[in-house]
Amino acid sequence: MTLSLPFGPEPGAGGLPDDVWSVGELNVAAKAVVEQGFAPMWVRGEVSGLKVYQQSGHWYFDLRDESAKVRCTMWKAHAQRVPERPAEGAEVFAYGKPSFYEAKGEFSFAVQRLLLSSRLGLQQQELERVKRALAADGLFDVARKRPLPPYPATIALVTSPHGAALHDMARVARERWPAIRLLLVPTRVQGAEAAAELVHALQLVNELDCDCCIVGRGGGSRDDLAVFNDERVCRALAAVRVPTIAAVGHETDVSLADLIADVRAATPSNAAELALPDHLEVAAAMDAVAMRLAGGLTRHTRVLRERLERTGDRIEGAMQEVMAAQRFTLERVAAQLDALSPLRVLERGFAIPQASGGALLKGRAAFSPGLRFDLRLADGVVPARVEEGA
Amino acid sequence: MSTGKEPTLGEELKALEDIVRRLEADGTDLDVALKLFEEGVARLRRARARLADAEHAVQAVLQDADGTLRMQDVDL
Repeated sequence: MTLSLPFGPEPGAGGLPDDVWSVGELNVAAKAVVEQGFAPMWVRGEVSGLKVYQQSGHWYFDLRDESAKVRCTMWKAHAQRVPERPAEGAEVFAYGKPSFYEAKGEFSFAVQRLLLSSRLGLQQQELERVKRALAADGLFDVARKRPLPPYPATIALVTSPHGAALHDMARVARERWPAIRLLLVPTRVQGAEAAAELVHALQLVNELDCDCCIVGRGGGSRDDLAVFNDERVCRALAAVRVPTIAAVGHETDVSLADLIADVRAATPSNAAELALPDHLEVAAAMDAVAMRLAGGLTRHTRVLRERLERTGDRIEGAMQEVMAAQRFTLERVAAQLDALSPLRVLERGFAIPQASGGALLKGRAAFSPGLRFDLRLADGVVPARVEEGA
Repeated sequence: MSTGKEPTLGEELKALEDIVRRLEADGTDLDVALKLFEEGVARLRRARARLADAEHAVQAVLQDADGTLRMQDVDL
């Protein structure tokens, strides 16, 4: 680092300096150097002599290692976000900037974030343990993954009633599928109570009449999202009876719950997109079905009309044949009938003897001597009489 | 699916797809085709009605002390 400061010339031998700084000027200049000369940084060390001032809520402590120590301040607003006070000697990672208090000429480190390295280690160990336990029970198996229902009517949302995630999911859901019914199962999604509440909420989902379930929250710190690595939460999620979508934090955050759920969404909005079809696309598909229905029927009637026409032609042909055959038969029968007609017989010169009552006289015995009878000829009747003694 | 309930939209659309496929196949009698067409039109009407049904609702599931569940409308 190059410094360009108004250092005057060194005093001449035996003489008095002509350019003298006040202490205040020195410290102001030093403060400028210290506070503008560094970007924020992480410093690793052990905490020593932590003092918390009741009135202000500020923390004061030393950070030290084998070779050195530095005075540290942590203002209340930052100190409040540290989940637990570090014990004496605890190793921490402190994030902050060097600072200079000009009134006392004191150099210090102004800490904004404090991570307990042991706690970090424990968290990581717990995560690994839970991961192994869930994997041993097959809860990450791809074969477990269920498909999402194509047209859900009701979706359960397991999330905070106060979070942006709920609004995002509801907005996207309404846009994609206006008829969707959303059931909010409210739960805390961070903090000490969150795990138990989430487990309870996921159990409640099994009592609801819904088609799928989205569990999630918006982005947050690693600690904020930690509950989604909780073993009880993961097991409760695996036990949800309907297909599940996990949407925890941002795209880059991957929790164990994300791995347990049937589908992992990048964000809560994305979860709603994955859960629901776009009603406009479905409407277009319905239009296509309507066209095919009409087309299918038209096709059938056309085929039938053609078949009917063909059948009609065949019937006509057959009818003509039948009628021709019948006409021939009729003519023959008529001819036969004609041939058998008694009138025709008479025309050939025969005569029919008939008694006065009209009865036919057949055989010689019917002709007693003197009998009067009629002789029917083709063109009329001739009265006749049997000769006496015939 | 022959559940006693009203068919879901998914079931309705699947049935429609089957109907269209049968209607488009050769060798279906006209009276069968007509019946399929009528059924298809009825299903399509129901499916469209369901799509147009803009009854978007958000309800919170609350549990009383005795464990009973009740729903409460949520305004977002």
